[in-house]
Amino acid sequence: MIALLDQPPAHHPWVAHSARIVGIHSEVPNVATYDLAFDNPQVAAAYRFVPGQFNMLYLPGYGESAISISSDPSRRDLLSHTIRVAGNVTQAIAKKKVGDRIGVRGPFGSSWPVGNHAGMRGRCRGNDIVIACGGIGLAPLRPAIFHILNHRADYGRVVLLYGARTSKDLLYTSEFDAWRRGGMEVEVTVDIGDADWKGHIGVVPVLFYRLRLQPAQTTVMTCGPEIMMRFVVFEALARRIAAESIFLSLERNMSCGMGFCGHCQVGPYFVCKDGPVFDFSEVETFFNVEDL
Amino acid sequence: MPIRQVPIGSYLSIDATQLQVLIAALRGLGYRTVGPRIADGAIIYADLHSIDQLPLGYIDRQDGGLYRLEKAEEAGYFDYVVGPHSLKNYLFPPRETLLESVRENGTVRMTPPEIDPTPLAVIGVRPCDLVALAIQDKVFLGGSYVDPAYKARRENLFVVAVNCRRAAATCFCHSMDTGPDVRGGFDLALTEVDGHFVIEIGSAAGADVMVEIEWTTAPRRDVEEARAISDALKDRMRKRDQVPYSQQQGTRQRFMDTTDIRNLLVDNLEHPRWEEVAERCLACGNCTLVCPTCFCASVEDISDLTGDNVRRERAWDSCFNAEHSYMNTGTVRKTIASRYRQWLTHKLATWHDQFGTSGCVGCGRCITWCPVGIDITEEVAAIRG
Repeated sequence: MIALLDQPPAHHPWVAHSARIVGIHSEVPNVATYDLAFDNPQVAAAYRFVPGQFNMLYLPGYGESAISISSDPSRRDLLSHTIRVAGNVTQAIAKKKVGDRIGVRGPFGSSWPVGNHAGMRGRCRGNDIVIACGGIGLAPLRPAIFHILNHRADYGRVVLLYGARTSKDLLYTSEFDAWRRGGMEVEVTVDIGDADWKGHIGVVPVLFYRLRLQPAQTTVMTCGPEIMMRFVVFEALARRIAAESIFLSLERNMSCGMGFCGHCQVGPYFVCKDGPVFDFSEVETFFNVEDL
Repeated sequence: MPIRQVPIGSYLSIDATQLQVLIAALRGLGYRTVGPRIADGAIIYADLHSIDQLPLGYIDRQDGGLYRLEKAEEAGYFDYVVGPHSLKNYLFPPRETLLESVRENGTVRMTPPEIDPTPLAVIGVRPCDLVALAIQDKVFLGGSYVDPAYKARRENLFVVAVNCRRAAATCFCHSMDTGPDVRGGFDLALTEVDGHFVIEIGSAAGADVMVEIEWTTAPRRDVEEARAISDALKDRMRKRDQVPYSQQQGTRQRFMDTTDIRNLLVDNLEHPRWEEVAERCLACGNCTLVCPTCFCASVEDISDLTGDNVRRERAWDSCFNAEHSYMNTGTVRKTIASRYRQWLTHKLATWHDQFGTSGCVGCGRCITWCPVGIDITEEVAAIRG
């Protein structure tokens, strides 16, 4: 929950920046990645984000939706969001074509602890890293993966544990080989196998059973359904990984990004500005309380 | 008429009739003047042009789910306490436009609306509501982000505060240390003393306005009497703390034990009392609407039929609405018990983590305007056990 924006943005905080959709990549059923380019070159030149942050994407007449940034933070020419059709805003975005405009407010929120680089928390440099994701939960960690692979020598062993409901719901599979070549172990599992699936079957936390970790020097980052994260945290704590070294990205009804609207509160936190990335010691008191 | 600047912190005396001159002077300086007026059986804030519109001679009787105005022989101009409105209604209005989008030739132009530059003077602001104002300042101005419209209105606000001479049974400002006397944050502060007013000058703007008004330097006797009124009221309120509700006769006289209240509530998120209060709570959200610090809001798009002109409007929301915590995976706070818990623990506990202060000022509005009379002080006492 380290604040990344110490200074208020220079422009009006409720005004979205206009961006053009420059690429649409269909990923899995109901999910596509949208590449955006700001219309205003000054906005494009000034825009920076760190892995874990999100934007509020706006379609006038429909509203805003909080969407994680899923592209490489070192690429200044590309700003991507991997979006699943879930509500009326994302449904409307799904009807957009290359060349259409979309409003962007952001970036908002806290960072994965991937490095001592500008604006990022640096708690895991030199550490082994386990990234455990479910379904669309891989999207907010993809910028962290890019960052780690861009600075591979800064980290120890790096493992991705990734699962989805079926093999057809696995995101970014075409990139897995490149990630492996870059020095990351990639373990994939599905909840429901089929005749074509030759890999693991089972839920993501079970993949921990095969790992031989060095708990004192391991950092875990997890994003996915809350029930999955609950068990990832359980498995990590069971292996004596410190609560302060387990990071999770929470999802709530983030509607303004600035802590004004009150919708995304979890205990004392505004998930939009104190999170979405927390270490487990910060949220432990509140994480397992039903309906909080 | 003395034309000289009075120092901040000084005390002046004026006749009650000079209130009319004060209103006129503020209007002459370009202020929109708002003050207490009777409407639909309650005292609310509304545009105020004349001293004759003030609720002279009225008091309010308040209890859980009860609010009645009554004539009282001895009552002055400001002897009611608080009605359903607060400064929040003006600084953070119930509905406002945040952004206007116009689509032309395939591009969308997004602009924030012009902010009404008319300065606002509010007359009759209570000590609890001044603290509530400072709390909302922390929400909208105190963090990494600043709400531009709130900021503009806040900078153009003139406050004529009033020291309370009586407390309703629902008042517990003494427990929250927010009253019944004002502690700053005002331009002028009035105390009604024997048919005239003692005025404390709180700011340079306040001193400027006094140039127009016929005043005398308040004699020491007046200042002491004004202070004695506040002190006596505080003493009466503090006596309440010694009688638990179970032993009180008649209308419950509110107080709240705030000892270590942050941890008390955070350590009791699974207390059975949440389920018990939920059996009565209607989740109507009245408490959040009348609360002078509640700041939750939802934003929605209002479009014309062509879709070319869209306004983004912010409207007060409430954590008692199911939609408040809605995500595509469903509503997080599915039960009324969980929503009441969110409201109370946020107000009294996690507000401290977020803003370094309680979110409750002890105004008692949530008790009065709850249709089933749920009492925040009783709920805290029940959890304390």
